[in-house]
Amino acid sequence: MQAAPSRAIPRAPDRPLGVARPRWGERAIVASLFLCGLLSVVTTLAIVLSLLQPVLDFFAKVSIGDFFGGRDWAPLFNPPSFGVQPLLLGTLTTTLWALVICIPFGLGSAIYLSEYATPRVRNTLKPILEILAGIPTVVYGFFALTLVSPLLHDIWFFSAKKPDIFNALAAGLVMGIMILPTVASLSEDAMSAVPQGLRAGAFALGGTKLQVSTRVVVPAAISGIIASFVLAISRAVGETMIMLIAAGNNPNFTLDPREGVQTMTAFIGATGIGDVPQGTIGYLTIFAVGATLFAITLVINLIAIRLVRRFREVYE
Amino acid sequence: MTGRLVARWRYGALLLAIGLLAAACGGGNNDGGSTGDGETQLSGTINIDGSSTVAPLSEAAAELFQEQNSGVKVTVGTSGTGGGFEKFCAGETDISDASRPIEADETKACASKGIKYEQVQVANDGLTLVVNPQNTWAKCLTVAQLSKIWDKGSKVNNWNQVDPSFPNEPLKLFGAGTDSGTFDYFTNAINGEEGRSRSDYSATEDDNVTVTGVSGTKGGLGYFGLSYLEENQGKVQGIQVDGGGGCVAPSKETVQDGSYKPLSRPLFIYPSDKALERPEVKAFTEFYVNNNQKIAEEALFVPMTDQQGTQAKAKVQKLATG
Repeated sequence: MQAAPSRAIPRAPDRPLGVARPRWGERAIVASLFLCGLLSVVTTLAIVLSLLQPVLDFFAKVSIGDFFGGRDWAPLFNPPSFGVQPLLLGTLTTTLWALVICIPFGLGSAIYLSEYATPRVRNTLKPILEILAGIPTVVYGFFALTLVSPLLHDIWFFSAKKPDIFNALAAGLVMGIMILPTVASLSEDAMSAVPQGLRAGAFALGGTKLQVSTRVVVPAAISGIIASFVLAISRAVGETMIMLIAAGNNPNFTLDPREGVQTMTAFIGATGIGDVPQGTIGYLTIFAVGATLFAITLVINLIAIRLVRRFREVYE
Repeated sequence: MTGRLVARWRYGALLLAIGLLAAACGGGNNDGGSTGDGETQLSGTINIDGSSTVAPLSEAAAELFQEQNSGVKVTVGTSGTGGGFEKFCAGETDISDASRPIEADETKACASKGIKYEQVQVANDGLTLVVNPQNTWAKCLTVAQLSKIWDKGSKVNNWNQVDPSFPNEPLKLFGAGTDSGTFDYFTNAINGEEGRSRSDYSATEDDNVTVTGVSGTKGGLGYFGLSYLEENQGKVQGIQVDGGGGCVAPSKETVQDGSYKPLSRPLFIYPSDKALERPEVKAFTEFYVNNNQKIAEEALFVPMTDQQGTQAKAKVQKLATG
């Protein structure tokens, strides 16, 4: 060591200023992390590509108008008919009922956990809530079919016509319970991240706890909350097992929650596990429905990204 | 010390595993020959294709057969009875599963390739219509009524539309998924064409779901294989069907003697004479007919009568001895 220990400035390196010594280990780490990121992009592209050919084959045989315009879904029957609207409506109804449960209750639990609960209560409740998210969906499916559906049937007093044993309502509500922890947990994270100064300022202006929570914290965390809603919608649209077990697998063009429906995912699930011969129109139908599902979730996510950007409030 | 002992033990286990693997591979290479332990060990592949209704029977037979003959691989395809015969008469498969007797043009195709075969019955198939135990009105339905309910485009959604004497009770339908042999058979027998059916009903490949649906719906109506009814006595009840000759209740006996029309039929396999020359196919086919009771019960079909069983055995013998 030539330099005296007291000198803070190291000697200039032999290479030009601004060019760092190459750090190969670090580059390897960066490259592998990049590959991790690339994996999801490549997977998405691969899914699109693998859907493309069968979907093109399908629409060579069935017109787009028949597919999206028809109200009779019987692709594997004889003679077949390919109107996808009952499946779209089935997915829509069940998703709506899921949102009816998971948005108010999820947001409510998030507000409670973030603003009202003491740290001790929060640290107990949040893990319990997250256990709900870890229950296999097949269990939720049978929960809907064997408990919720008969219960709805017994307590139904809204109309003379009672819910069927397989109905969109029970399946949707149970799906809402399944998604609830996702909404609660993500919204709670977003609300906890709101700077303490905002709350303090609002309290200083004389706000009550409720006013501070709903008029300051929730708007400040809105981008995270919307993100949690969108994730909830995507999960609801994509949920398969509950729909397969409890929703009835009945391609029924109806918004009536008391009747059985078939969702897009349930059709894919029911048909995909069977012995549909490869290359037949029935086989291609799976891909056509899959592509429709993919397009729907893509659109939901694009809308979500726009919403999140638009309402984001950035606090430094 | 302990660590080293463990390490040595692991090394030994690894060597043992490699040794076993090598032995197993060596065994697999034996071409139907006998191994050292004196018993004849069969090997080879048996190709079965055909009706998806018969497939569960052939699969059950294969499973039981392989318990004793692990060297034999049995593949069971489900191309349908017609598709199965096409391959069978082209010499691609050893045994064809069939839910109906072979037809004239298929016979011709087999004859042109010089393929001899024998029609061997392996079980009886019966479907039953089921209703809710609270259903007191539908004791017997005619085929015409069933077709009115189930046909393509049918809008029947109340029991009083089926028969004016029936009460005003919403009709809820549960049935087989399009993938099952049950669906093909039911649509063919009731609506006159395979796959011809209304589509706005709860469709499932899982008969449990039909049981759940019908037992939970007062006006429910569903159908599935007869052997499934016995397992669910009390939850659902079977009804009689009038196929033109009066009302007949579904039972083991009426399915076996064919009087339960049109929802009962025999199921067949068609082994070829060439395939039966191979010891593994011969052993499998004999196993299939000799254990037909157990196989039929395992696959939830109605077993053959003793007479049907004897006849099946005789046919296999006849074909094997040429």
